[in-house]
Amino acid sequence: MTATLIAHATVDVDAEGFLTDPTQWNEEIAEAIAAENGIPELTDRHWLVVRFMRDRYLATGNAPSIRSLGKESGVPVKELYALFPTRPAKLAAKIGGIRKPTGCI
Amino acid sequence: MTGLLERTTPLDAEPATIEKVAIVVSKGSLEGIYPALIMANGARMEGIEADLFFTFFGLDAIRPDRYAKIKVATVGNPGMHLATWLGGVPGFSALATRMMQRQMEKIDIPPIPEFIELVHDSGVHLYACRASVEMFGLTIEDFVPQVEAIISVGEFYEKAAGGQIVFT
Repeated sequence: MTATLIAHATVDVDAEGFLTDPTQWNEEIAEAIAAENGIPELTDRHWLVVRFMRDRYLATGNAPSIRSLGKESGVPVKELYALFPTRPAKLAAKIGGIRKPTGCI
Repeated sequence: MTGLLERTTPLDAEPATIEKVAIVVSKGSLEGIYPALIMANGARMEGIEADLFFTFFGLDAIRPDRYAKIKVATVGNPGMHLATWLGGVPGFSALATRMMQRQMEKIDIPPIPEFIELVHDSGVHLYACRASVEMFGLTIEDFVPQVEAIISVGEFYEKAAGGQIVFT
């Protein structure tokens, strides 16, 4: 774990850049992480996924699977892959300031 | 002589990454189909390209008349830790399958029909093996719409070129 500066805030991140303390997160940090990972602007659809991801994590302690993201976030799986290129679940988690998802699905 | 006892590659060598996988599904049992679907979905989640090639009884996974009725093998499967005669009792396979599905639902693994849809929507390409399709007297109409084409083994190798092949 190392401390790093994102959007003028000092946050703790793991080796892959996932925030290790979700309370250090804010929307500017989300935008900065998104921009750094190939998403220049977060649309309402992105936010829907990011907030769902974050709320689920804070409520249960686990990031949702791609299956529940697709069924319950309001954004279907195909669109998830288009919104968050190549690794939707991991990228949405990273932008949402939660730990890296570890599930198999 | 001492050379054989020493490492030929340094420990800190850059780890290789997988860019593409082609997974062959040859069995029609629950334990033959699920690992392939989980690996294909997992590949896409890591940004890895994935193809699924269904052959022989693996075709059951993409047949709408059969894919909701896939069972775990309770006979000839030492992993069940059951007496063979018990595994062969009528209805036992269905019971074991129901119990296993309940466990899978708990950890968010979807039933096979939903899983086929999920991997397809995730960008996995699904193909049926031509030799098996001809052997069973089937056509593309016998498969779920997510199946892109019936292809020969040669075409499969062309699509798999440059990637890893996994056989289940």
